[in-house]
Amino acid sequence: MAELWFGLLGLMLVTYVVLDGFDFGAGVLHLFVAKSDAERRTVLSAIGPFWDGNEVWLIAAGGVLFVAFPDVLTTAFPAFYLALHLVLWCFVLRGIAIEVRSHVADAMWRALWDALFAVSSSLLALLFGVAFGNVVRGVPLTDAGNFTMPFFTNFRASGQVGLLDYYTLSVGALSVLLLAAHSAAFLAWRTAGVVRDRCLSLERKLWPAVGVAFALVSLETLFVRPDLLAHLAQRQTAWLGIAIAFGGAALLIRSRRGQLDGQAFLGSCALIVGVLAAAGAGLYPVFLHSTLDPRFDLDAFHQARNSIGMRFALGWWPFAFALAVSYLVNVFRANRERAREDNY
Amino acid sequence: MDDPSFWHRLQFGFTIVYHYLFPQLTMGLALFIVLWKWRALRTGDERYDRAARFWAKIFGVNFALGVATGVPMEFQFGTNWARFSRYSAGVIGQTLAMEGMFAFFLESAFVAALVFGEAKLSRRQHFVSALAVWLGSWLSGYFIVTTNAFMQHPAGHALLEGVLVLDQPARFLLNGWAIVEYAHTMAASVVTGAFVVSAVGAFYLLRGKHAQQASLYLKWGTRVGLVACVLVAFPTGDRQAKLVAEYQPVTLAAMEGRFESGDHAELTFIGQPNVPERRIDNAIRAPMVLSILAYGTPSRSVLGLKEFPPDTWPSNIELLYYSFHVMAGLGTLFILLMALSVWLGYRGRLEQQRPVLWLLLLAFPFPYIATTAGWMTAELGRQPWLVYGLFRTVNGYSASVSTGNTIFTLLGFSGLYFVLGLVFLFLVGREISHGPEEGAAHG
Repeated sequence: MAELWFGLLGLMLVTYVVLDGFDFGAGVLHLFVAKSDAERRTVLSAIGPFWDGNEVWLIAAGGVLFVAFPDVLTTAFPAFYLALHLVLWCFVLRGIAIEVRSHVADAMWRALWDALFAVSSSLLALLFGVAFGNVVRGVPLTDAGNFTMPFFTNFRASGQVGLLDYYTLSVGALSVLLLAAHSAAFLAWRTAGVVRDRCLSLERKLWPAVGVAFALVSLETLFVRPDLLAHLAQRQTAWLGIAIAFGGAALLIRSRRGQLDGQAFLGSCALIVGVLAAAGAGLYPVFLHSTLDPRFDLDAFHQARNSIGMRFALGWWPFAFALAVSYLVNVFRANRERAREDNY
Repeated sequence: MDDPSFWHRLQFGFTIVYHYLFPQLTMGLALFIVLWKWRALRTGDERYDRAARFWAKIFGVNFALGVATGVPMEFQFGTNWARFSRYSAGVIGQTLAMEGMFAFFLESAFVAALVFGEAKLSRRQHFVSALAVWLGSWLSGYFIVTTNAFMQHPAGHALLEGVLVLDQPARFLLNGWAIVEYAHTMAASVVTGAFVVSAVGAFYLLRGKHAQQASLYLKWGTRVGLVACVLVAFPTGDRQAKLVAEYQPVTLAAMEGRFESGDHAELTFIGQPNVPERRIDNAIRAPMVLSILAYGTPSRSVLGLKEFPPDTWPSNIELLYYSFHVMAGLGTLFILLMALSVWLGYRGRLEQQRPVLWLLLLAFPFPYIATTAGWMTAELGRQPWLVYGLFRTVNGYSASVSTGNTIFTLLGFSGLYFVLGLVFLFLVGREISHGPEEGAAHG
């Protein structure tokens, strides 16, 4: 049961990254690929029908984490208290910026909300990367089953670690680059004209940068978590993930030669899904690794007591998931045409 | 204030009260928009499309604020109330997860189509979008009220290794308390929507602008409003009071500031609770009414606070007493105002009665005050428990978070929400001063 819920939760989180990733990335790119008001409206029109629903994947995944693995949530959330409030405030500002920006036809009003959209989206992309870096590196879990953590200690990735160190910041930077590239692929598919041209030319710089950053982070991971490599090699899901990632990269390169925008975005999605699936398979079954002693790790089997509750959740979850996917397909179908400035 | 739980409660209380200003209008307005889109679909009357179009714009801004201020609520279960979450996640985690998966996906998938999609969609498709958003927002209400109802009156759970687990899903999801609380809350959100719609109608008539649309808002606002105001009081409010009397008798005593027990219990309309002296000062009372409200019979004894150990008394009896009386008093005045307006409207005289239009205009903040006071009654009345009878509030907060951090984030929320409030009022004020206009018909 715990294995299954680890997988379902992983599926929801990967969906979240792929979906909200393209609208976070749109925020990172916003000021660069869209200069005029009409171009900025085009970018916002492209993500407009999606971003709110994309965010729901995080809320829904949080709900599933809450019901399936409450000890993980209640150990990690208080420990990341200030960082999570920073994330929350970025979410609040970002949502408001997207919604109110085009309500008033005034250059200063729009410049303000454009900047807030860009800054809060970039910070979120960075912070989620840092958060993922923390999960991979581990946190200073004690034998009492809890931990507290400052923003930073000595920037080394072992022992009494902080939220930020060289490793988590590297993952944060990779996250910003990857989501920017992913979003460039999305916007190249969903827009036309000069925004699309700028996205295509940015993609040619961003994807190689992602490749270099990914290689660096992989190398760092070998030093930070040498045990993960052994896990990766043993697990079939990890190999499947790596295959999907390579397939995605190949599709991305091939479709860019033929100007097939939709396929290129699909390739980008597959790349992210594959990398995250491999990482998840490597980390399984541990949610929170202890940097102090592996015996204090908090894993998926830590709680499997709520049997009636988990069977009940397994009854409604597939139904709800199918509905959510059908809405998503419906929104994509309803917005088949490339976004123009006047849609939003 | 030396107790860390004070600051966690203040932050949660502040952020939830602020958040709920938006969803109550979302849920109330969604119903109006569905009704108007349905009338437009059935009659082909462009006036209803225009009304729906105008209110959808205000709905959009309001919805965005509701989403933005709602995300922090979900996170705070983990960040601020970790020990409570660890204790109760096995049960309330279900409804929180179901809210995300059944309600938020539905709302978010259709809200853009409702607010921006009219030109692209057919009348029927646009109506379906409105219906989906209404259904999503009211479903979300059900899941969150069920979560609260479990905290008020736990049902369907079992205790295993010191934490709660789900034992009977149906009893948890169909908790009798949840059904009454949900009906009461939804009726109250329609009251908020009705007062806002009526106030804008009254505003335009007083200014002599948009007369045709204003009449429509006034007619629908007051008629739907009267029905909703009556439903808030009876049967939903009445049933809620009887549930409190049955399952939280100490809360009922505190709500009424009733220290002594006795039959033929009187209802205190007005007066000041004096907790140290154990009495109500300067009370004006109605004999037997409390016995009737609580148990449906005039003679039945209603217990006073003295019958209960003081460590089970709600921790702030004065605030609870005033919250309850503000809610109940306003609810009564709402029925009178809406009944008067509907009666005048029926006689065709409402639009000429400027004093009544002024009353309707100035009344719109009061449903917000009443719903806030109502939730304060529910939540203060539940104290000192977080899960009634099972888990105390002082044991629920995250022990590892320092009070300094909590005050810091409380201040951060205050500043951020102040700015959000300004942006909201500015944008909605602009839409209202701009007014409903002739726009693109359906594609």
